[in-house]
Amino acid sequence: MLRLIGRRLLTALPSIVGVIIVTFLLTRVLPGDPAAYFAGPAATPAAIAEVRTKLGLDRPLPEQFFSYVAGLARGDLGTSLTTGRPVMTELAARLPASAELTLAGLILSFMIAVPLGILAAIRQGSWIDHLCRVLATAGVSLPVFFTGLLLVYVFYYLTGIAPSPVGRIDVFYSPPPSVTGFYVIDALIARDFGALRAALSQLALPVATLAIFSLAPIARITRASMLGVLSSEFIRTARASGLRPTTVVITYAFRNALIPVVTTIGMVFSFLLGANVLVEKVFAWPGVGSFAIEALIASDFAPVQGFVLTMAILYILINLSIDLLYGVIDPRVRIEG
Amino acid sequence: MSDLLDIRDLCVEFETRKGIVRAVEKIDISLKKGETLGIVGESGSGKSVTSYAAMRILDRAGRITSGSIVYSGIDLATAGEAEMRDLRGREMSMIFQNPRAALNPIRQIGRQIEDVLIQHVQATRAEARRRAIAALEQVRIANPEERYNAYPFQLSGGMCQRVVIALALACRPQLLIADEPTTGLDVTTQKAIMDLIVDLTREHGMSTILITHDLGLAAAYCDRVTVMEKGRVVECASSQDIFGSPQHAYTRKLMRATPRPGALLQDLLPEDSPPQSPANAQSTAARSDTPLLRIEGLIKEYPRMSAGGWLEKLRGSNPADEKPFRAVDDVSFDVGRGETVGLVGESGCGKSTTSMMIMRLLDPTQGRILFDGTDLALFPAKEFARNPLRRRIQMVFQDPTESLNPRYTAMRAIADPILQAADRPRRDAVRARCEELAGLVGLPLNLLDRLPHQLSGGQKARVGIARALALNPDLVVLDEPTAALDVSVQAVVLNLLQSLKERLGMSYLFVSHDLHVVRLLCDRVIVMRSGRIVEQGKCEDVLERPASAYTRELIDAIPKRPV
Repeated sequence: MLRLIGRRLLTALPSIVGVIIVTFLLTRVLPGDPAAYFAGPAATPAAIAEVRTKLGLDRPLPEQFFSYVAGLARGDLGTSLTTGRPVMTELAARLPASAELTLAGLILSFMIAVPLGILAAIRQGSWIDHLCRVLATAGVSLPVFFTGLLLVYVFYYLTGIAPSPVGRIDVFYSPPPSVTGFYVIDALIARDFGALRAALSQLALPVATLAIFSLAPIARITRASMLGVLSSEFIRTARASGLRPTTVVITYAFRNALIPVVTTIGMVFSFLLGANVLVEKVFAWPGVGSFAIEALIASDFAPVQGFVLTMAILYILINLSIDLLYGVIDPRVRIEG
Repeated sequence: MSDLLDIRDLCVEFETRKGIVRAVEKIDISLKKGETLGIVGESGSGKSVTSYAAMRILDRAGRITSGSIVYSGIDLATAGEAEMRDLRGREMSMIFQNPRAALNPIRQIGRQIEDVLIQHVQATRAEARRRAIAALEQVRIANPEERYNAYPFQLSGGMCQRVVIALALACRPQLLIADEPTTGLDVTTQKAIMDLIVDLTREHGMSTILITHDLGLAAAYCDRVTVMEKGRVVECASSQDIFGSPQHAYTRKLMRATPRPGALLQDLLPEDSPPQSPANAQSTAARSDTPLLRIEGLIKEYPRMSAGGWLEKLRGSNPADEKPFRAVDDVSFDVGRGETVGLVGESGCGKSTTSMMIMRLLDPTQGRILFDGTDLALFPAKEFARNPLRRRIQMVFQDPTESLNPRYTAMRAIADPILQAADRPRRDAVRARCEELAGLVGLPLNLLDRLPHQLSGGQKARVGIARALALNPDLVVLDEPTAALDVSVQAVVLNLLQSLKERLGMSYLFVSHDLHVVRLLCDRVIVMRSGRIVEQGKCEDVLERPASAYTRELIDAIPKRPV
């Protein structure tokens, strides 16, 4: 098992090297001169040149690259020019926020979409099948910023059930002492139930927004995969031996249908983690996505490079864990590893 | 004796896109306690649907519209789902064709047996494991404790069928329905499985329904036989009577079409069919000094897969022996011009690997494949498709459905080799050639524009044969060309192959596991086992007076009708 993980991580190395090179080059190719940006609109050419020398941007590209890689090796992703803090610190503070949001959204989505997909498959053509289709279609066709704003309008502005949609926790509460970086879990660890409540109520709306969006692929895949499995011969054997419908559907059919579902969840997760900028913007969520976009607009290289690299590594790790999950689900996959 | 199962006036309908189809039409079947009943019929006869109706496991499109199915006093046709669930597996069980697919691929086989035991309260969770192992032991699986943890993909087909039987018999049911339990298994495995079923059902005094397309199998193992055709029962009598003096014309037709010792190819066709071209295979085989195909010392090795090593490692043995696996081990034989040579053996004996190497789809590890004097083994498999010699060797595949592109019409399928071979063939010339070929194989011209799913099994087989003949080959490799066909269709296709060979003067290499069919079609036969040739010689010599013990074992395993 450990050897398998090691081998998989080794094969990921070339793609990480590729990501490092490509992001470095891309940020240099992008239009916009960071020196001019940071020197300010009124700066003289001499001042700009001075900033450029300070940033090391006047040195040849290979030299810049090597100092960047040397920094990486020391765990130094550079310093953000806009905030003045190390990129590592910024990402470390913001990644848990994105991860908490995405994970919670996916769990909620999974809990709704999977039973819905299973029911739609067993009662093909019934009202629940149609409900599944309508929900899925509506979920993907509504853009997240629209669903997000709609939820804010209804639950904050009209009814006032939800707290004001700014940030991860109400201003009157202080965040729980950081252990995992997930406020909900940290609050539980600290037994600070006030903070837990506050964190949960802040999470509710953005999580719902994400869940509505990611419902569709999971529900559709669950349904399609279940339909395929339910018509296979071992299901007939299970029925012919008088097994209870729940055993047939859950233990026999669903476990066999799980692989495509897990694949989809992995893809949705890695996609949402870095790409739900819009949700983060609507709910003023201090996540990595909005951080990276701001840095990009400001031609602030270091955070952008750090962000892309972090995402690439996360993507590799998520895929690795999905592959390991395959082996847990299906014994036939284990041998091929 | 009272009837255990009594089916009266049963009708089953299916809702399809083309409207309602009646699959079973007013049939009566009864089964006594301890009796073994065979239900025999070709595909579409409704024999499987009848058994699914009795178990009430028809799929959602199927429905029992009228009639009764009384099982020891309970009418199953109207019983509630909860009641049925209690009966299934505990009172009545079923085993299926394709045993590997019939088991949950990702659950240990022992656990699957436990599921049934616990469901029917035959065992508590604490003792379920012991009971499951006992069930495996009962079906004569060696090392049941170890096998308990195995997954279906780690077991052979015959082994999987034993597990399915263990699963079906775990709760000691009264009735066992076996739906084609040995189709697709080797003949020796078939015998072992059938003997096992008979022993176990007799031991527990169970009744059995054996559903099969194989008359010989039904004759050998059943007390009574019911013959079905197109959803109706045409005849029902004791095994002796039905084979001694079949009453119904359809039964007689089926019996004629079944290959058997002593019958000639022509004998398989219905009595009133027009006589074929003068059939005398031996005389037309033009004897020539140089054989068309000469195989010399052919070897195919595969490196041992690490997959096997994984299991070995679990067991703690050392997988370090890196000796490659020999699928084909030093095989030499000839195929003369105009000759039909049968290549016989059980699955895994290397017969398919050998034919793939002759077709140059696989590269041999060692050895020569001399085709008309040229060593084909010198051309890499990847390049052979563009070799002019490739046209002279063609192949007919096992499954007529799977071997046709579902989006190609019959005409396009037949034209495929022509379009591959010629540079820019004229459209009307191709059409004319396809029509000529269709005429040759007896495919009505109006079917040429149909897609495979609009054709019957026999028609698809004809398309496959026409495609193989399109470039006037000298050698046709027939890989079990009739294994997926009903016996009456098989009879027609075999006769067609024979008359085509006589007319066109080709040679056949006929790969098969069915010795009866080989006897009908082949001049010479080669028996293979574990990659080696066990015996080869003239068909009559090998099959009537087998020299090797293995050939004798194969012949003995063929089900024989009671005398």
